[in-house]
Amino acid sequence: MARRLREISLPALAAALVAGLVLVPLGAVVIRAGGFSALRGADLAALRFTLWQAALSAALSCLLAMPVARALNRRRFAGRSVLISLMGAPFILPTIVAVIGLIAIFGRRGALNAGLEALGLPTLTIYGAHGVILAHVFFNLPLATRMILHGWQAIPAERMRLAASLGFGPAQVQRHLEWPMLRSVLPGTFLAIFLVCLTSFAVALTLGGGPRATTVELAIYQAFRFDFDLGRAASLALVQVFVCLAALAVASRLTAPPAFGAGLDRAPMRFGGGRALLVQDLLAIAGAAAFLLTPIGAIVARGLPALPDLSPAIWRACATSLGLAAASTLLTLALALPLSLAAPRHRWAEGAAMLPMVASSLVLGTGLFLIARPFVNPATLALPVTLLANAALSLPFVVRLLIPEVRVLQADYDRLAASLNLRGLARLRLLTLPRLARPLGFGAGLSAAFPMGDLGVITLFSDGETRTLPLALFQLMGAYRMDQAAAAACLLMTLTFALFWACDRIGHHADPR
Amino acid sequence: MLTLDKLRITLGDFSLSADFTVPQGARCAVMGPSGAGKSTLLAAIAGFLPPAAGRILWQGQNITQSAPGARPLSILFQDQNLFPHLSVTRNLGLGLDPKLRLGPGEHAKIDAALDRVGLTGLGARKPAELSGGQQSRVALARALLRARPLLLLDEPFAALGPALKSDMLALVAEIAAEQGATVLMVSHDPDDARALCPQTILVAEGTAQAPHATTDLLDHPPPALAAYLGG
Repeated sequence: MARRLREISLPALAAALVAGLVLVPLGAVVIRAGGFSALRGADLAALRFTLWQAALSAALSCLLAMPVARALNRRRFAGRSVLISLMGAPFILPTIVAVIGLIAIFGRRGALNAGLEALGLPTLTIYGAHGVILAHVFFNLPLATRMILHGWQAIPAERMRLAASLGFGPAQVQRHLEWPMLRSVLPGTFLAIFLVCLTSFAVALTLGGGPRATTVELAIYQAFRFDFDLGRAASLALVQVFVCLAALAVASRLTAPPAFGAGLDRAPMRFGGGRALLVQDLLAIAGAAAFLLTPIGAIVARGLPALPDLSPAIWRACATSLGLAAASTLLTLALALPLSLAAPRHRWAEGAAMLPMVASSLVLGTGLFLIARPFVNPATLALPVTLLANAALSLPFVVRLLIPEVRVLQADYDRLAASLNLRGLARLRLLTLPRLARPLGFGAGLSAAFPMGDLGVITLFSDGETRTLPLALFQLMGAYRMDQAAAAACLLMTLTFALFWACDRIGHHADPR
Repeated sequence: MLTLDKLRITLGDFSLSADFTVPQGARCAVMGPSGAGKSTLLAAIAGFLPPAAGRILWQGQNITQSAPGARPLSILFQDQNLFPHLSVTRNLGLGLDPKLRLGPGEHAKIDAALDRVGLTGLGARKPAELSGGQQSRVALARALLRARPLLLLDEPFAALGPALKSDMLALVAEIAAEQGATVLMVSHDPDDARALCPQTILVAEGTAQAPHATTDLLDHPPPALAAYLGG
């Protein structure tokens, strides 16, 4: 009995911390909101926009990803695996960096408009609903491509062999093999992207706004910053929670395919098809690569020369962000490890780890602000609150990553460890950490990259003095200092990827296999 | 002396009872049809399955509630007997101290155990760098170091070829004799049972029967065993 208690005391403590971190701010929101009476017509419009932009972003991402995934599946070319790996990068790319890249291409003075002007055509603007959706597709097209590609690669080679032996043409293969696969993969992909876009804040903050392009998250921010109407902010936060809950309820009925999968190279299948298909595939791959890579290229081209001109304030923000990322990673791992280890035996542990999914960055921020305000100046808490929110929001990703590995570990070695009396810290040191080194490294990379690039809750709390690098970047953008912004974006992107890469390498290195 | 006192193990619909004593130093084969519960019986004795009723005693002392690692026994599983990320020396060291605080004394013991099972000088290797037979020898060497009075073998040598398997079984018999250990060994092969185990526990039809002379049992098998052995 005492042994059992000792076993679950750590995960129970972690679960209680996470529950407190999510439920206490939610409680504060519920109490302060006092129903939905504070909401205005504009808030309803924000809800409508949130839902349809998420649906449209998800649909467009899926639609565009299908030809790209199909082309990647049936063609082999130099750089293919690099391209597939790069498709994982937007997952950790700071939103604000991508936005600056997109502005460099699609913005008022971007490359695209320069071309249109030269041709004497009317120019476009990136600001507004279509800009928000463009940015969401930029982030989620790669995710959708990887998920759908994974589905394609999961069609067993034997099935394809059978199809070939029965003399199936491309149309029959499509009907009997590819459509059934897409029907099972697409709903999960759509929903995963829909969920991400529901809580979109930084994109809406930078590219959206106004009555036609305000998400609920952005409306919370505006209720705070412009009106300082805390009751309305709380009501909006409540709306956001209900939207997330509803979407999660739908998602839980679907088993979403793993988002990190794909990348395995099956032996290339003999593929017939004519020149028309080759052109189609070429266009799909080249188009996707150009869409994803030119914005990044534009930042580097514009930002690198301006790097030496960055002000000391930017470097200070840089140090702040690195410290924040380190602390948030430690906290995330300290919560994720005991919860993942307990999850196969105790459902509540997994439930606690997934709990932060019902809240968004701004919802947590609103709740924490309401709690803190009677006691301290919230601005002094900007960094601790950012840290807590980021650790909480990273937790579900890391725990999802760890649980399958923990199951394997326990199935393979629980009995052996028990028969040798390998327990407690010795077990952690000799068995658990070495065997989980890779997913822990990967998870640490994610939980460092998220706070590094996060532009969310800090916007509520900061008085403009306490700055993370993304916030400093946002301020540069607001001041139209685009060269400086591009340089800072370069820096932020490099640091984020370097942090992720370093954690992932440490994990690989620590894996004794 | 191992006593199974009105022991009953249930797993869903499956149920197995055992009520007998195994004398100290005995070597018993555990035989019976597939799915009869041979591994289940060993898992219960080793502490991986809490019994539904009854007691397990060693030398009269009740060990039914003890943690697996605290029981006076070592067990070799069908597979996963070694940690693949630890060297042979560290795998063996776990038999001496689960916290792996290994001094010169411990290292000397580990080297002696390696010598004993014919793996001199292979301590620095990882399990993956050893053959299947060598991996079995490491697991056996660890049991040797743990020196527990009861040794449970749940077909750890099943994946080895016939010659290698009989080598291993002979080594088990030698080590058990040296240490005066009691051995329970799940076996599918009547020849192994005859060669190594004077006694056999028959597991069939929901019951593990008291040890019985192996030759007698194999020469005049009851119907359940006869059907399993065939011919």
